[in-house]
Amino acid sequence: MAGSGLKRRRRRRIHLSKLYTLTCTQAFFKQDHSQIGGPGYSRLVIINEPDSPEADSSSYSDNYVRTTKYTLATFLPKSLFEQFRRVANFYFLVTGVLSFTPLAPYTAASAIFPLLFVIGATMVKEGVEDWRRNKQDIEVNNRRVKVHRGDGNFDSKEWKTLSVGDIVKVEKNQFFPADLVLLSSSYEDAICYVETMNLDGETNLKVKQGLEVTSSLREDFNFKGFEAFVKCEDPNANLYSFVGTMELKGTKYPLSPQQLLLRDSKLRNTEFIFGAVIFTGHDTKVIQNSTDPPSKRSMIERKMDKIIYLMFFMVVLMSFIGSVIFGVTTRDDFKDGVVKRWYLRPDSSSIFFDPKRAHVAAFYHFLTAAMLYSYFIPISLYVSIEIVKVLQSIFINQDIHMYYEEANKPARARTSNLNEELGQVDTILSDKTGTLTCNSMEFIKCSVAGTAYGRGVTEVEMAMGRRKGSPLVLQSDDVEYNKEPFAEEAKVKGFNFRDERIMNGNWVTEPHADVIQKFLRLLAVCHTVIPEGDEDTEKISYEAESPDEAAFVIAARELGFEFYNRTQTSISVRELDLVTGKRVERLYKVLNVLEFNSTRKRMSVIVQDEDGKLLLLCKGADKLSKNGREFEVETRDHVNEYADAGLRTLILAYRELDEKEYKDFSVRISEAKSSVSADRESLIEEVTEKVEKDLILLGATAVEDKLQNGVPDCIDKLAQAGIKIWVLTGDKMETAINIGFASSLLRQDMKQIIINLETPEIHSLEKTGEKDAIAKASKENVLLQIINGKAQLKYAGGNSDAFALIIDGKSLAYALDDDIKHIFLELAVGCASVICCRSSPKQKALVTRLVKSGNGKTTLAIGDGANDVGMLQEADIGVGISGVEGMQAVMSSDIAIAQFRYLERLLLVHGHWCYRRISTMICYFFYKNITFGFTLFLYEAYTTFSSTPAYNDWFLSLYNVCFSSLPVIALGVFDQDVSARYCLKFPLLYQEGVQNVLFSWRRILGWMFNGFYSAVIIFFLCKSSLEPQALNHQGKTPGKEILGGTMYTCIVWVVNLQMALAISYFTLIQHIVIWGSILVWYLFMTVYGELPSEISTSAYRVFVEALAPSLSYWVITLFVVVSTLLPYFIYSAVQMRFFPMYHGMIQWLRYEGQCNDPEYCDMVRQRSIRPTTVGFTARLEAKKRSVRRSEPES
Amino acid sequence: MPSNTASSSSAPAGSADSSASRTKSKRPKYSKFTQQELPACKPILTPGWVILTFLVISVIFIPLGVVSLFASQDVVEIVDRYDNDCVPPPARANKVAYIQGGSDKSCNRTLVVPKKMKQPIYVYYQLENFYQNHRRYVKSRSDSQLRSVKDENQIDACKPEDDVNGRPIVPCGLIAWSLFNDTYALSKNNQPLTVNKRGIAWKSDREHKFGKNVFPKNFQEGNITGGGRLDANKSLSEQEDLIVWMRTAALPTFRKLYGKIESDLEKGDTIHVTLLNNYNTYSFDGKKKLVLSTTSWLGGKNDFLGIAYLTVGGICFFLALVFTIMYLVKPRRLGDPTYLSWNRVPGGGR
Repeated sequence: MAGSGLKRRRRRRIHLSKLYTLTCTQAFFKQDHSQIGGPGYSRLVIINEPDSPEADSSSYSDNYVRTTKYTLATFLPKSLFEQFRRVANFYFLVTGVLSFTPLAPYTAASAIFPLLFVIGATMVKEGVEDWRRNKQDIEVNNRRVKVHRGDGNFDSKEWKTLSVGDIVKVEKNQFFPADLVLLSSSYEDAICYVETMNLDGETNLKVKQGLEVTSSLREDFNFKGFEAFVKCEDPNANLYSFVGTMELKGTKYPLSPQQLLLRDSKLRNTEFIFGAVIFTGHDTKVIQNSTDPPSKRSMIERKMDKIIYLMFFMVVLMSFIGSVIFGVTTRDDFKDGVVKRWYLRPDSSSIFFDPKRAHVAAFYHFLTAAMLYSYFIPISLYVSIEIVKVLQSIFINQDIHMYYEEANKPARARTSNLNEELGQVDTILSDKTGTLTCNSMEFIKCSVAGTAYGRGVTEVEMAMGRRKGSPLVLQSDDVEYNKEPFAEEAKVKGFNFRDERIMNGNWVTEPHADVIQKFLRLLAVCHTVIPEGDEDTEKISYEAESPDEAAFVIAARELGFEFYNRTQTSISVRELDLVTGKRVERLYKVLNVLEFNSTRKRMSVIVQDEDGKLLLLCKGADKLSKNGREFEVETRDHVNEYADAGLRTLILAYRELDEKEYKDFSVRISEAKSSVSADRESLIEEVTEKVEKDLILLGATAVEDKLQNGVPDCIDKLAQAGIKIWVLTGDKMETAINIGFASSLLRQDMKQIIINLETPEIHSLEKTGEKDAIAKASKENVLLQIINGKAQLKYAGGNSDAFALIIDGKSLAYALDDDIKHIFLELAVGCASVICCRSSPKQKALVTRLVKSGNGKTTLAIGDGANDVGMLQEADIGVGISGVEGMQAVMSSDIAIAQFRYLERLLLVHGHWCYRRISTMICYFFYKNITFGFTLFLYEAYTTFSSTPAYNDWFLSLYNVCFSSLPVIALGVFDQDVSARYCLKFPLLYQEGVQNVLFSWRRILGWMFNGFYSAVIIFFLCKSSLEPQALNHQGKTPGKEILGGTMYTCIVWVVNLQMALAISYFTLIQHIVIWGSILVWYLFMTVYGELPSEISTSAYRVFVEALAPSLSYWVITLFVVVSTLLPYFIYSAVQMRFFPMYHGMIQWLRYEGQCNDPEYCDMVRQRSIRPTTVGFTARLEAKKRSVRRSEPES
Repeated sequence: MPSNTASSSSAPAGSADSSASRTKSKRPKYSKFTQQELPACKPILTPGWVILTFLVISVIFIPLGVVSLFASQDVVEIVDRYDNDCVPPPARANKVAYIQGGSDKSCNRTLVVPKKMKQPIYVYYQLENFYQNHRRYVKSRSDSQLRSVKDENQIDACKPEDDVNGRPIVPCGLIAWSLFNDTYALSKNNQPLTVNKRGIAWKSDREHKFGKNVFPKNFQEGNITGGGRLDANKSLSEQEDLIVWMRTAALPTFRKLYGKIESDLEKGDTIHVTLLNNYNTYSFDGKKKLVLSTTSWLGGKNDFLGIAYLTVGGICFFLALVFTIMYLVKPRRLGDPTYLSWNRVPGGGR
């Protein structure tokens, strides 16, 4: 405890509000507070007296957050409603009800049973899924927080019990339980640091500051008797606005977003804060932001609906044809007093067969026929698909290759609806921070005095180095050197620099030791980092605004310049003295901090060292040095090299100021800072611009925004699979571009089309503050840039030149306007890589919607933070990275994985398999039901369409449930065209899904046709071989039940053997279910036939007595089955050999053992529909090209 | 078919243990099942297998076809259509009136045995264009009533042949009511041929579906008489004509067993049939045929199956040849990207 007390004391010495120029803080006071109390601004909160009746807090929602679909009470009606919203299920419900009327061609029980079975199974599944969701809710709602109980005492309570007006105490690294108004913090000036990673994905900490009037309430007991009123806006989804007033002891103070702490953000670097609850539960901004999880359906399922409509149409058509013929024959039976088919007693008939009212009879017959032909529509389709998908999800969850050891997290498919959609992804929209990168910065290289240091190898370089023929092979020894960094020493977070030349103080012997010294000193001094930890021991950690700042300070420390203390005006560094070679402590007086801003792209500090020398230390983007200086060429080369390796580079430079110059500057900067005019910013800028010139170059640093393991590899594979990858990030443009390079989405020879609004005209317009004019000009500007971009694309035409589109959030807002979004989309689709930076969560979602609806292709969004929630929900598939940060993204995702790289396996293996399985399964389903249903129709033709079922009632209803269901489920769960290894080896196979080859109408109709002709062959062959002669040598002739039994046997054989022909992967399970289904049919026939004839009716002993002893039955079965399957067999034999599909080729490869022949494999692999344009493979290709191009010149 | 077992099988890494000891590891358990690496046979249709399959089919089918055809040829069948001939020429203008009239319906037919027929010789009647499979007809029966006396009032399904003035008809329904009632008396060389009418129905029907103590009641006593009458003193289980009739036929052309002749007939024997042409098929233009037939192991005479077997067997043999030639003439070239189905149509997605 002593340590922390010490720490606190030290912190108190610093008024952080003066260290940071909190420009954003003060800017909001212009905002109109007069609306408060008016419509939309009517919320009244009485703080610290939640029981007061005036507060009316009962009308505010409690802090319980619910994400489940059903409650106990609504489960039954709601889920039943969901079930019968499916048109097929509704149809079966109607036929089920009708089956109780005399219209039914079969018994009611046999019609209802499958429906009950199917609905029951689905509801159980729904229930289980919702139960799991409920468990997660409970976990979140039961987190605890300290709440003011009264009399200055704080108690730990559950989140869900919080109510509006409560005062809570949130401690370091805790999440805020609701939206709070910040009252005070452990700092004197009521400042606190907030990490809003979960909200907007930005990693840098945000500073919030409470009102001055409440900042003194820093102890628990201060809240005894504290009372305040807050009037503010109503709950809304806008994360960045908040308008309110706080009334304290009769005085009103304006509240701005600066005082608002949002739920799901995290308190950082601050011991504790006190805050008053303003919005709870579903009123909080983050929950308001998250729309209801839309129930997503995959493309295949939507297409399946169309097939079902087609089937309905066929059923209606067949019923109609039947009804017409039936009506005519019925009418003819009794015309003008002449009875034709007297044995039907047409003269005395119920309405269903009444010749006198034949049209009515025909209408009723239509209903009956529609019931009979309901076997065209596979009743078990939905439930089978759902069972299959659940099992597929289990496979995804169980995949050991998608288990992340370090975080102990397996992949988790949260919804099973979208498995097959994973096989059809056309565009991936990826978040950056936490998704592509692991959100840690590592100092990895530097260039000092024209010499490059650092042997660290980036992910990209490693990935490239692994490929043969790479020029980086030369550095392979470095790769090995770096292979086991963990073994050598405990790795320092943020520092991955290896170079014995300057480590451990060796730099003193280097040629330009003085430059190196200045370089390292600059790193140690020029920053806004606060050291933390015990001053005496050498364990000092740093709290920085951004992780790259921290990386610099850590690097300086590791290289011998340890920054260990900061006061209001000074920085203390332990450094190695070049002359004496001893460690000395030096104190630098900080005179000015010139903050980083996006126009200057640099930050500087002006310090005075112990000798009284005034130094301007500056680090910034590469524009820094303008005219020729020492080492400039080398440094520039290095910087380019680093940038291409995906590193963030900064150039370091310094200069000495003389007294007079500084004084001059000092006066002017304080003038500028105290000015209140609108162009205060630009005044400051002007002044700083003046002083930051004639700098002397020291060198450059390269920081790796550490990519997650295997990201370049994964992106490369995905690119090879023809998937487009867009990066949508909240980050700055520079950062985004850097990551683009790091992850191989960008490379040097790509033409970048950058769209932004950083033009002088817009800036000058912005100063005038006329919103309409700004908007209009901006939009025109953006449109112009887009059109220019398109022109460039067009000009490049078929060239292999790849384009990259980089657009920032502001421009994106205009580009997404309805009238120009399609042009924008066209441009974006034409580019190999698209990077949207500075995009808000809403924009991410909008971009996703644009891509999804614009080109109708499947989109996958992947992200890890709450800022990605909109995107995840909007996309066809949302993949959440279950990283270290909150659960928001995971909670609203469809599938959660632990690392970006697992996407490769998720898509290329599971996605491909699931797509293949589901699409084949659906095709097969319709095939088998057509085969079955159409024999019914054909038989009808021989009964003058009187709707006599050809089969026994229970044969009818069990067809879908018993004799043909398991093999198709096994197909859906287990089938593999090629094994996982080949899926990954030939990523192009994935295009089968993207192009939807396996579920094209051609294929679907092909399968349907297969069903129709199978039915025709089965029916006519059975009919011709059975009737009218004797069945066996005892002279017995076959009746209806025997024809039905024989046909049914043939159908069971045919559909099951068809399955065996269609799949290419036989495990024991396949054997069991296929042969088992056939066996079950025989068993069923036997057992059911042995039941008393009351139950088995027309099936009574048919098999045992009539079919089995008759040789003709067996001979006919053999003949019919083989003949029916023969056409398909011929078709697939021809296709496999002469027109193989891509998976067929890979099967050949495997079969012929050619997969070890790299050249041959490459040929198959490279057979791409579009050339790979991103990823390091493409980069290597590009490099080869440029080498070739440059050869003739040299 | 060629069988390859799945080759890739990565054993779980040893590093799992360390994390397992700290917290409960969520690492999925490795098993071939969960990793979808079950050993599997992955057949593909190689030329060899395709040709072999065709050959095997033809090797099985052709002999089977020959055997079936022989079996069918062995069967001797005499078919005699008599519906037209048994109406006296003057009445032929209005056959319906004739059949519904009260005149003598007897008719003599002469059949010549073309080949030696070994006993048992089955006597069938064959009806054509008779829709025993019509839904109204099929459902118009009461199985429970046929089975036991106590259910004789279960006649809901039998309308309009359910009761006579409130007394239930046994057996009720249209099927029973329209019982076929032509009778045949056969004689060979003026010696009557005994036609055995026992054992013509399925045993299960006799024993379980038609009750031993269920006797016909009020049968054919309604205002319209349908077909044949039943002996009110014989239980239903003994009325085999009814039982045969009540097992409805699948198609509008059907044969039903009338009886068996349990003596051989020699080639050239003349058989005189004295038949009573009672049954009305004239209303609906149905044909009536008398059939005498022996059976083989495959049942009655039907060349279709044998010919079909031979045809398919032949086709398969032919295909085997064609495929052999195709494979030899045009070996597959994997290197040709035009084979890729989505490359053939520009733009791909259909």
